[in-house]
Amino acid sequence: MRQEEFEQRYQEEWRQFENKVVLAESVTGKKAEKQNILREFAQHYRQLCYCLALARERQYSPYLIQKLEALVFRGHQIFYQKRLGIFRRIYQFILFGFPVAVREQSRFVWIATALFYFPGLMVFLFTLIFPEMVYAVVDPEMVSRIESMYDPTADRLGRERQSDTDFMMFGYYIRNNIGIAFQSFAGGILATLGTQFFLIYNGVFFGAIDAHIINIGYTETFYGFVAGHSSYELTGIVLSGAAGLQLGWAVIAPGRFSRKQALINAGKQAMVLVYGAIFLLLIAAFVEAFWSSMSSIPVSTKYWVGIAGWVVVIGYLTLLGRGRRG
Amino acid sequence: MLDTTREVEVPEGITLSLPVASLVSRSLAFLIDLLIRFAIIFVALQIFAIFGDLGSGFVLIAMFLVEWFYPVLFEVFYHGQTLGKKVMGIMVINDDGTPIDWSSSIVRNLLRFADFLPFMYAFGFLSMMFSRDFKRLGDFAAGTLVVHKLEQIDKAEQSTLDGLAPKVPLTLEEQSAIIGFTERAAKMSPSRVNELAGFLGPWLDQDKIKQGKESAAVQLSRIAKWLRGHK
Repeated sequence: MRQEEFEQRYQEEWRQFENKVVLAESVTGKKAEKQNILREFAQHYRQLCYCLALARERQYSPYLIQKLEALVFRGHQIFYQKRLGIFRRIYQFILFGFPVAVREQSRFVWIATALFYFPGLMVFLFTLIFPEMVYAVVDPEMVSRIESMYDPTADRLGRERQSDTDFMMFGYYIRNNIGIAFQSFAGGILATLGTQFFLIYNGVFFGAIDAHIINIGYTETFYGFVAGHSSYELTGIVLSGAAGLQLGWAVIAPGRFSRKQALINAGKQAMVLVYGAIFLLLIAAFVEAFWSSMSSIPVSTKYWVGIAGWVVVIGYLTLLGRGRRG
Repeated sequence: MLDTTREVEVPEGITLSLPVASLVSRSLAFLIDLLIRFAIIFVALQIFAIFGDLGSGFVLIAMFLVEWFYPVLFEVFYHGQTLGKKVMGIMVINDDGTPIDWSSSIVRNLLRFADFLPFMYAFGFLSMMFSRDFKRLGDFAAGTLVVHKLEQIDKAEQSTLDGLAPKVPLTLEEQSAIIGFTERAAKMSPSRVNELAGFLGPWLDQDKIKQGKESAAVQLSRIAKWLRGHK
């Protein structure tokens, strides 16, 4: 069949298919109308693929082949898109997807926990014994800033603030803390090195500051402030680290997959932990901004809320979604 | 053919050849997006400044979202294109040619940070230079590909000339070369078209050309027409 004949014979079909594609691509438009016109989409799409294969085989002109290619590509994008259904997925994720994933990846979670807490604990103990060690770990300016934050004579706790800045701090914690979690995840792709750095660095930093606060006797204000959100924040940091380790481990030991494919698989699985870390860090930011900073509440209450937080987080991650696969 | 296209086989039994986007167009798209992101934050600053500290909270959240999720939202909801990519005519898709989904988009954009390390996207640059499909680290982990959006080229308008049978039998490849040449002729200068057509000398009807009745290019376009099936 000559090209002109071929074009004339199928032109009308191609035009109709293009109309459908345009309709499906448009962001607006009534759903019912779309459904109606998208009927028989698959059939038409396959027909178009057939035309393209023929056109290539018969070496028709580049113009025609490219026209069909472009149309097939657009059709392909529509035909193979995934259903989004995001709210349902978020709900399922929180109810069981997340805790199940944490238990499935317990190996990485434990390693991340060790990397975060162990060096931190060492530095904590050392600083208790040798108080000046804090200046070796944390920059002196930072130390004095933290000292002034938790000075028992101040009327508001936490990072320095004047009056009604809770919401501003909420924004600050979100940007800062979740940003760090993302960075420590992303650093994992460098054969886990970036993640290791973030986990150890943050652990050591917290350890040194904790010990320093005890050394100078600001215990009540400091622990009263951090108790409430500690469970969500520290767990969030550890889990984003676990996700980074998982990603990096795929680069180091891809197993039976090619390195490329192992990385893609690990990325998919690790994302579940990253979403979970975002979830926990959002809670942490909320608690830190609106609860931890309230100075009218007695310290003992804050301690109890803090302990309750740890019980909730550990219970949530170990118990929920048992018997279900994520 | 030596080219930067990526062949993707689809379930319908055909291959899509996707032209992979290079470092330059991707960098330009990134710069455009960077400007847009600054603009968004600037506007947010102006608007929320009215609300004092509450407003700065919103600004910080907006900054967080723009920093990490600006590309994600565009890629998922706008056919794999951020505004910068739209301007450059490129788009992100999954390795198998399907449209990008939430998790792939989030992975590739979170890993932007690793690409940025140790400074100014150095790792991303190296990764793109050493990979076949110009993939940065984020593209590897997410299994995504940045390609030029396929455009339909416009056909040169139909001429009123009639078809002409070639003097010698032509192979399929030669036929498609001639047809392809005439379809692209509109994009070249007339003298260049004639020069190229002239190379086919002995294959063309030299008598008419010498008499000045029609140029080599016109004759070639008639042959192309005949080859396409027009008598």
